[in-house]
Amino acid sequence: MKAKIHITLKNGVLDPQGKAVQTALAGLGFTGVNDVRQGKFIELELTEADRAKAEAQVDDMCKKLLANTVIENYAIEIVEG
Amino acid sequence: MKSAVIVFPGSNCDRDAQTALRDVTGGEVVMQWHGDADMPDVDAIVVPGGFSYGDYLRCGAIAGNSPVMREVVKRAEMGVPVLGICNGFQVLTEVGLLPGVLMRNADLKFVCRDVFLRVETTTSPFTTQYTPGQVIKVPVAHHDGNYVTDADTLKLLQDQDRVAFRYVDATGARTPGANPNGAMDDIAGVLNEKRNVLGMMPHPERLIDQVLGGTDGRAMFESVLAAVA
Repeated sequence: MKAKIHITLKNGVLDPQGKAVQTALAGLGFTGVNDVRQGKFIELELTEADRAKAEAQVDDMCKKLLANTVIENYAIEIVEG
Repeated sequence: MKSAVIVFPGSNCDRDAQTALRDVTGGEVVMQWHGDADMPDVDAIVVPGGFSYGDYLRCGAIAGNSPVMREVVKRAEMGVPVLGICNGFQVLTEVGLLPGVLMRNADLKFVCRDVFLRVETTTSPFTTQYTPGQVIKVPVAHHDGNYVTDADTLKLLQDQDRVAFRYVDATGARTPGANPNGAMDDIAGVLNEKRNVLGMMPHPERLIDQVLGGTDGRAMFESVLAAVA
């Protein structure tokens, strides 16, 4: 079983890297970009076969290590196979 | 006085911290490897600067989960003074000993220069040997020193006199150019509620000898020595 985790900055947290990317895009002529938020994507290969248990484990991993919940949100997607 | 410096893979200010502690306190300084939770009894602990674990995932995130840090948290809760410098500050926020987080510098650049700090409180084991409002010169060298916390926590830090240092100019005034990283409220260092844990981005351990350009960092280690004596 696989887990796909998206980690994003919470609303209201300034993202200077996202701003720099937005400015660079504008420099390339892509002027239609209102905002850029940069985050992380993490993929895990799990041995757990039970979907609910896997999700609970990954949630715990996010809280303890993968995300800093002071400034980041995370979303978990469990994929079979 | 016996002290410990925590050593992670990627620490690079651990020797400076050791020299500063040894020079100022005259006591033994244990270099405590991160994988070894069996730390001797010490009077003070320094979590040094550097790039622990290559800053993988987030600055300080992996180091925060190392065996020795669980022990450092226990000692801090027992009241042992713990000083986190630069990457050490990042580690202390990751383990929850200090509130907030150190984000990428506002201008995205690595900043390496001397800055001026105003001593905002002398009520802590790290600052008694300074005078209130004293302006000191200390170097910074970091990419992620932009201190951020939520509005409620910021108010709490202000109300409880827990901002230890602010970035100022040479005259002690808070000006936009004095803040090297965009930190909220010009915060350069914060204390925990019990005031025995201090995290700061600037490097006091680099200014303990005149040959290195100044001695404004000495008083911090003298303060710790006075506090545990």
